Amino acid sequence: MVELVWLIPALPLAGFVVLLLLGKRIGEPVAGWLGTATVGLAFIVSLVVFAGLWNEPEHTYQLRLFTWIPAGDFHVDVGFLLDPLSMAMILFITGIAALIHLYSVGYMHGDSRFPRFFTYLNLFVFSMLMLVLGDNLVLTFLGWEGVGACSYFLIAFWFEKDANASAGKKAFITNRIGDWGFMVAIFLTFFTFGTVKYTEFLPLSPGLAQTTATFIAVLLFIGAIGKSAQIPLFIWLPDAMAGPTPVSALIHAATMVTAGVYLLVRVNPILAASADWLPWVIAIVGCATAFLAATIAIAQTDIKKVLAYSTVSQLGYMFLAVGSGGYSAAIFHMITHAFFKACLFLGAGSVIHGMHDEQDMRFMGALRKIMPITAITFMVGWLAISGVIPFSGFWSKDDVLAYALHKNFFLYLFGLIAALMTAFYMTREVVLVFFGKARWGESAEAELANLRSHGVGAGATQLAVGGTNDPHDADGPLDPEAVLRANDVHPHESVWMMTVPLLVLAFFAATAGVLNLPFTENMEFLNRWLEPVIGQYQAHLEESTLQLIVELTISTIVAFTGIALAYVVYVKRRFPAKKIELPFLYHGWYIDHGVTVFMGGPGRKLFELFALFDKVVIDGAVNGVGRATRGGAARLRTVQNGYVRWYALMIGLGTVLMIAFILTQVTF
Amino acid sequence: MDGQNLDLAYLSLSAILFAIGGVGLLIRRNPLVMIMCVELMLNAVNLTFVTFGKMLNDISGQVIVFFVLVVAASEVVVGLGLVVAVARRRPDADADDLRLLRG
Repeated sequence: MVELVWLIPALPLAGFVVLLLLGKRIGEPVAGWLGTATVGLAFIVSLVVFAGLWNEPEHTYQLRLFTWIPAGDFHVDVGFLLDPLSMAMILFITGIAALIHLYSVGYMHGDSRFPRFFTYLNLFVFSMLMLVLGDNLVLTFLGWEGVGACSYFLIAFWFEKDANASAGKKAFITNRIGDWGFMVAIFLTFFTFGTVKYTEFLPLSPGLAQTTATFIAVLLFIGAIGKSAQIPLFIWLPDAMAGPTPVSALIHAATMVTAGVYLLVRVNPILAASADWLPWVIAIVGCATAFLAATIAIAQTDIKKVLAYSTVSQLGYMFLAVGSGGYSAAIFHMITHAFFKACLFLGAGSVIHGMHDEQDMRFMGALRKIMPITAITFMVGWLAISGVIPFSGFWSKDDVLAYALHKNFFLYLFGLIAALMTAFYMTREVVLVFFGKARWGESAEAELANLRSHGVGAGATQLAVGGTNDPHDADGPLDPEAVLRANDVHPHESVWMMTVPLLVLAFFAATAGVLNLPFTENMEFLNRWLEPVIGQYQAHLEESTLQLIVELTISTIVAFTGIALAYVVYVKRRFPAKKIELPFLYHGWYIDHGVTVFMGGPGRKLFELFALFDKVVIDGAVNGVGRATRGGAARLRTVQNGYVRWYALMIGLGTVLMIAFILTQVTF
Repeated sequence: MDGQNLDLAYLSLSAILFAIGGVGLLIRRNPLVMIMCVELMLNAVNLTFVTFGKMLNDISGQVIVFFVLVVAASEVVVGLGLVVAVARRRPDADADDLRLLRG
């Protein structure tokens, strides 16, 4: 049964090809169903392969299809490495992607480029599966670039708006910085081992010189930072919310951004062979990202931006786990996060859809009565991400924090603070969207003013998306246009194509914790399943039952504290939100601003210098060779003067010279 | 003359013929004459082959002459065709005028 593994990427690829060629002719609903069917079938095949993989030795199976790049010593196969890690990945990738395809059929209804959307989605799923299944670094890189390109296509899907096109470019360019690291890491791996195949070079890595291993690991880490949106390359992810919401759910929450974490877990023997400071750097970067992104999320007013920053923050947790040696915890959190974040994003999409494309939470409120299914599923996601027992996020976050504590107390402490903020901002979002009074329809103006007097959105320098207010005038009069727009909103619950995925995802967001319960070894299914891949280098937690219970209690207290604080601020309004939602946080610590200033000023000069070097030295050398050839040829071509007798003379002379030469060499 | 001197005479004759043909090819501009010069050179070579074949008592020297004859015949066909075609279009043209393919 495992032989069917090639079908898993082949099905979305087939869907992509068919939609690319015939998409326009197939038209609206069918193109979507076709895309959904291919990915759904891929999920079923994954289940079959999963069942077959149990019988393989060490749960590992390799399939070599053909040689892709044969070049002397260097050859790259197209082959699949199916082991517990990639199996876990493809199960949730295909599963969640199938649900999101189904959701998109409803969400993208009426869009003029409906078939093209599914073309991109299928290509994305194919790329992601190649990334995960590839048995060597080059094939992983192919998938890596594929998801990057699809991400660009999909973020800028509604490219008519300038901001969307720019967001696509920003994501692409920021990712390129990370890709550079990955690429050099591939070169270095080949240079060191003479192969790029995981099963060939990973077992050799314990014998590697520490410096070499560190170099490779650092470069791979740079790649992972770019793809998984860690400090300092996280700036693209919040902007990527410009794409349609299913894209945000699929790419920027559930699958693509986890590629960096996957890569680091995959090469864990190299991380183990590198210098001791490297895991520290990974853990600190992860912890700092988790903390920083959580602070930013607190002051956002866009329903998707909050979720975007929370994704960055949760990815930080995964890096924290990797840096602390808790590879299984990273994968565990990746899986639960995929469920609850996809659920949250799709819920947000359902809200946006019901609110006629309004994304500003200040214009929402009281939606629980009108969108009951969306509200319930969203709240399941909220409880999961906040770490409320017994939802999935609680178990995985606690697993990550246990490894962080094992590594260092301060990592644990900052992880806890980030968890507190997570609970806080997610509660804020739920309250603003689903509870309180309606800030749309007839009561819009009064309720909006009420909300503003409390200081919600005080950090925002504009009242509404595209609002016309003076950016610095947060206390000025309400934007009349925005109020008019809000008056005209009639929210509705979404169609079944959208609510069914929500219900399924909410179910898993609630229950996925059973994959890896920390009580006894027997209950740590995921841990044992991943043993062949990560067992050797995983940090070993030796926790007493008492310690475990204390940790679980602390996590629970932290989660409830966060929720209670948000309750006090946003429901009871005992404390002005203005003092929490600082402009400094709304603008993401002015990091984007800083990049703009730097690139507009001194940075630009520096890069102009690079450009000059490129032009003068590199281009000079290349063009110089061309010019020299042309100049030489211009002189040489005069030999061909067109006179037959001249040629005859030259032939004669040449013959004479050659015979003379031979005669001098030969002795009779 | 005895046999050896006779062979030497043949070889000398063919050398002279070859030289005449070669010089003629170099100094004449008329395409027709140039083709005749080439033929002269070819037949000088043929004479050499036959002479060496006799001297070394080896039949292959004479066999190869047939090959040369065949090649020469086909070459003349093509060459004369070209000459006639050129002469029709440009009656006054000599070999030096036909130098469009210069570098």
